[in-house]
Amino acid sequence: MSTTTAAANRGRVLGSAAVTWLVLAAALLLWELVAIGADSVYFPRMTDIIATGADVLLSGPAWRLMLGDAVFEIVLPSLATALGAWALSAALGVALGTALGRSSWAMDYCGTLISFLRSVPPVTLMPAFMVMFGIGVQMEIAAIVFSTLWPIVLNTVDGVRSVDQVKIDTARSLGTPRRYWIGMIVLPAAMPKIFAGLRLSLSIAILLMVVAEIVGGSGIGLRISTTQSTVQYTEMWFWVLLLGVLGYALNTALLAVERLVLGWQPARGDDA
Amino acid sequence: MRTFAKGLTGLLGFFLLWEITVQAGVLPDYWVPPASEVATTFVELLGDREFLLGVIATLLAWLIALGVAVGIGVPAGLLLGSVPALQSASRALIEFLRPIPAVALIPLVMVTIGSGPDAKITLAVYAAVWPILFNTIYAFGEIDPVLLDSARATGANRRQALTWVALPHAAPFIFTGVRVAASIALIAVISVEYIAASEIGLGRYILEGGMNNGHLDQVMAGTVLAGLAGWAINSALVGSGRRLFRWADTEERATR
Amino acid sequence: MSTMLEVSGLTHQYGQGERAHVAVQDLTFTIEAGQLACIVGPSGCGKSTLLRCISGLIPATGGSVRLHGDEVSGVPDDLAVVFQDYGRSLFPWLTVAKNVEFPLRWQKVSKAERQRRAAEVLESVGLAGVGKKYPWQLSGGMQQRVSIARALVSRPALLLMDEPFASVDAQTRGELEDLTRRVQRDLGSTILLVTHDIDESVYLADRVLVLSKSPAAIVADLAIDLPTERDQIATRESEQFVSLRGEVARLLQSPQVQRTGENAPAETPAATTGTDDTTASDATAASETTAPAEATGAALSDGADTAEAADAAGSPDPTAASRS
Ligand SMILES: Nc1ncnc2c1ncn2[C@@H]1O[C@H](COP(=O)(O)OP(=O)(O)OP(=O)(O)O)[C@@H](O)[C@H]1O
Ligand SMILES: [Mg+2]
Repeated sequence: MSTTTAAANRGRVLGSAAVTWLVLAAALLLWELVAIGADSVYFPRMTDIIATGADVLLSGPAWRLMLGDAVFEIVLPSLATALGAWALSAALGVALGTALGRSSWAMDYCGTLISFLRSVPPVTLMPAFMVMFGIGVQMEIAAIVFSTLWPIVLNTVDGVRSVDQVKIDTARSLGTPRRYWIGMIVLPAAMPKIFAGLRLSLSIAILLMVVAEIVGGSGIGLRISTTQSTVQYTEMWFWVLLLGVLGYALNTALLAVERLVLGWQPARGDDA
Repeated sequence: MRTFAKGLTGLLGFFLLWEITVQAGVLPDYWVPPASEVATTFVELLGDREFLLGVIATLLAWLIALGVAVGIGVPAGLLLGSVPALQSASRALIEFLRPIPAVALIPLVMVTIGSGPDAKITLAVYAAVWPILFNTIYAFGEIDPVLLDSARATGANRRQALTWVALPHAAPFIFTGVRVAASIALIAVISVEYIAASEIGLGRYILEGGMNNGHLDQVMAGTVLAGLAGWAINSALVGSGRRLFRWADTEERATR
Repeated sequence: MSTMLEVSGLTHQYGQGERAHVAVQDLTFTIEAGQLACIVGPSGCGKSTLLRCISGLIPATGGSVRLHGDEVSGVPDDLAVVFQDYGRSLFPWLTVAKNVEFPLRWQKVSKAERQRRAAEVLESVGLAGVGKKYPWQLSGGMQQRVSIARALVSRPALLLMDEPFASVDAQTRGELEDLTRRVQRDLGSTILLVTHDIDESVYLADRVLVLSKSPAAIVADLAIDLPTERDQIATRESEQFVSLRGEVARLLQSPQVQRTGENAPAETPAATTGTDDTTASDATAASETTAPAEATGAALSDGADTAEAADAAGSPDPTAASRS
C-alpha cells in the first residue's frame, strides 16, 4: 500500500531518474537475451535493431550532423503533419469548447452529438477522407483534426464550466470588464483541463498519423508496411520502436510546456 | 428525459444538416452520400444476415478483448500501485510503450499471428490495457494516507484497510479506466479488421465499401453503426458507474 | 456624517412558485460613512443573500439599495467584497501581487503605480515581501490577508465582508480583527461585516444589527459604545463588553429571532446582566464546522479531477490503441 505523500512522491521521482535509465537498459538487455534464445526472424536482436536504426538515421554527411535522408524525407515530414494538424485542432477545439461551455444551452443539444462523433472510429472514415481530399497531406491533416478535435472540445467545455461560483463572484465584485472575462478568468481556470485534453489528443495525433500514412502510403507508416511486406523485420521493429521514442519525447515536451504555463498550480504528483 | 430529447434533437439536426448540404450541392455528392441514402443502406443492413454475423463477430472480439484487458490491467495496476518500488521501476517502460500505437503493430501481428480473430483481440487488448492500468495505479497512488491511517486507527489490520478503504476508494477510478478502455477496444477491433483485412467483421465490411469505390454509403452506414455502438456502450457504462459509485462524482465529470 | 448605504424594503426570493424561498424580507437600514457595522443572525437566515444583493452580484427581487445616493444595479465601482472562502476567492493562477493588483487593471492606473499600490497595501496587512508567491504557498490566515488587501487596494468607499474570519484559527482571527479595525480607521472606510460570532461582532463593530431567522428581518440595532482603541484581552474582559455580548446573545435567543413567518418589531430590549453563552458557543461551533465540511468538498472534487486527469492521461494510449 502506498502511503507516500505527494511531496515524498516527487522526491522519489526526482531520485529515480537514474532508476529509469537502469530499468530501460535492463529491458533492452533482456530483449537481446530473449531474442538470442528465440532465434526467430520475427524477433530480431536489440543490437541489430539499434544498428539498423543508426544506419537509417545517421547515414548523412557530416555537415548535416550525420542525419540521413530518412530523417528529412520520412521522420520530419511525418512529425510536421502530425504536429501541424494537432495545433490546428487545438486552436479550433479550444475556441469551440469555450463557446459551447459558455453557452447555457448549447451543450444540451451538442453534447450527445459530440460524444457520438468521438465514438466514430476515424480509421473507417479514411475512404471518405480519401475521396474528399485525395491521397496526400491534406487527407492526413483532415483525419488527424477530425479525431483529435473532440477530446479537446470536451475537456475545454469541462474546464470552462468548472470555474467556481466564488471566483465568478470575486471577479465581478472586482469590476472585471466583460471583454477581459474569458482571457483573465475563464481560460486560466480551464487551463489544467485543456492541457489534459491536449495531451490526450497529442497521442491520438501520432496514432492517426500512422494510420493515415499506412492507408495513404507515406512517411513512417509507409515504411512500417513496406518493411513488413519486403521481410525486413529488423527495420520494421526499428520504426515501431521509434514511434515509442517520438511519443515519449513529444509527451515530455508538452509536459514541460504545461509545467511552465501551469506553474501556478500546487505541485502535484507527476501525472504523466 | 428532457435532456435526452435535447441530445437527440442535436443528433437529428446534424443528420438533417448533412442531408441538406449534400442535396443543395454545398458538398458534392461524390464526397459524401446524402444522409437519407446512408440511412436507407443502414436499415437494409440491419436485415442482412451476413452483415449481422459480422457485427456479432466484432462485438464478440471486443468483449473478449475487454475481459482480457481487465484481467491483465487491474491486477497489474494493483500490484504496481501498491508497491512503490515496482511503480517507479516500471514507469519508464510504461511511458515508452504507451505511445506506440496499436496500428503500428498491425504489420508485426499480421506476420506472427495472421489476421484472424486472435490478431484483432491481441491488438485490442494491447490498446485497452493502458487506461485500466493507469487508472488503477493512480487510484492507489492518490489515496489520502489520512484515510488509511484512520482505518488502521479503528483497529483494522493492513489487509482489512486495503479491502475496506483502499479498494472502495480506487473502484470508481478503476471503473473509469474500464469505461475508457471499452470505447478504445471497440475502435481498435474495428480498425484492425479494416487495416488488416480480417475475413469477417464490421471493419472488414467498411473496407469492402471503400474498396469498390462509389460505395461510400456502405462506408458511412458502417461507420455510423460503429459510432452508435461506441456511444451506447459508453453511455451505458457511465450510467451504471453513476449508480454503482454514487458517493463519488468522478464519473459525472470524467465523461463530459 | 453622510449616509453611505441606504437599504430600503429589500426583499429577495430564490426560485418561483412552489419552490420559492424568501431569504430576505423587507429589510430597511442605513449605514453612515465611516461606520463599521456588523450583522449577526442565525445560520441560513439570509445574511449572505443580503450582502450579495447589496454588492449587486444578484439583483434583489424587491426594494432598493443606494450607495451614496446612487441606486445599485450591477456591481458598483467603489465597492469591494471579501468572501469567507479565501481558498476559492483568490485566483490561483496569479501571484499574490498580481491578485492584489487585479482590480486596478480596470482603472486608469499605470503599471508602475499598480505595483506600488499593491506593495503598499500588502505591507499594510503585514504581508510585505510575499508578492511573488502563489496563493497556495501561503497559510490560510495569510491568504485571507491577501484577499483583504485586494479588496482595499482600490480604496473602495464600502467594504463588504462575509464571515471573513470564520475559517482561520483563533490567534489569526484576533490579528485579522485588529487589522480590520486599523485599516478602517486609517483609511476611513465604511465596512459592513457579516459574522456568526457574537463576540466578534461586539468586539469589531461600532454598531451591531441582529437579524431574525429566515426570512431575515432586523430585530435589533445596537450601538456599541466601546472605546475606539480596543484590545483583544482587556476589551473582552471589560464589563461593558460582557454586557453587550450578553445582550446580543439574548436577542439571538429571543422569540423574535426564533420566530418563523411575519416580521418582528425592530425594538431593542434593555440590556440585562448575566450572560448566556449557549448561543455564542453554538454559533462558533457552527462556523467552525464549515471548514472541515469545505475541506471534504475540496477533497472530493480533487478526486474527481484526478480521475479525470488519469482518464485523460490514460486514454491517450488507449484511444491511440483504440483507433489503431
Ligand atoms: N442560490 C440559492 N437558491 C435557492 N436558495 C438559496 C440559494 N442561496 C441560498 N438559499 C437559501 O436562502 C437562505 C439564506 O441563505 P444565505 O446563504 O443567505 O444564509 P446565511 O445567513 O448566509 O447562512 P450562513 O450563516 O450559514 O452562511 C437559506 O435558507 C438557503 O437555503
Ligand atoms: Mg453565509
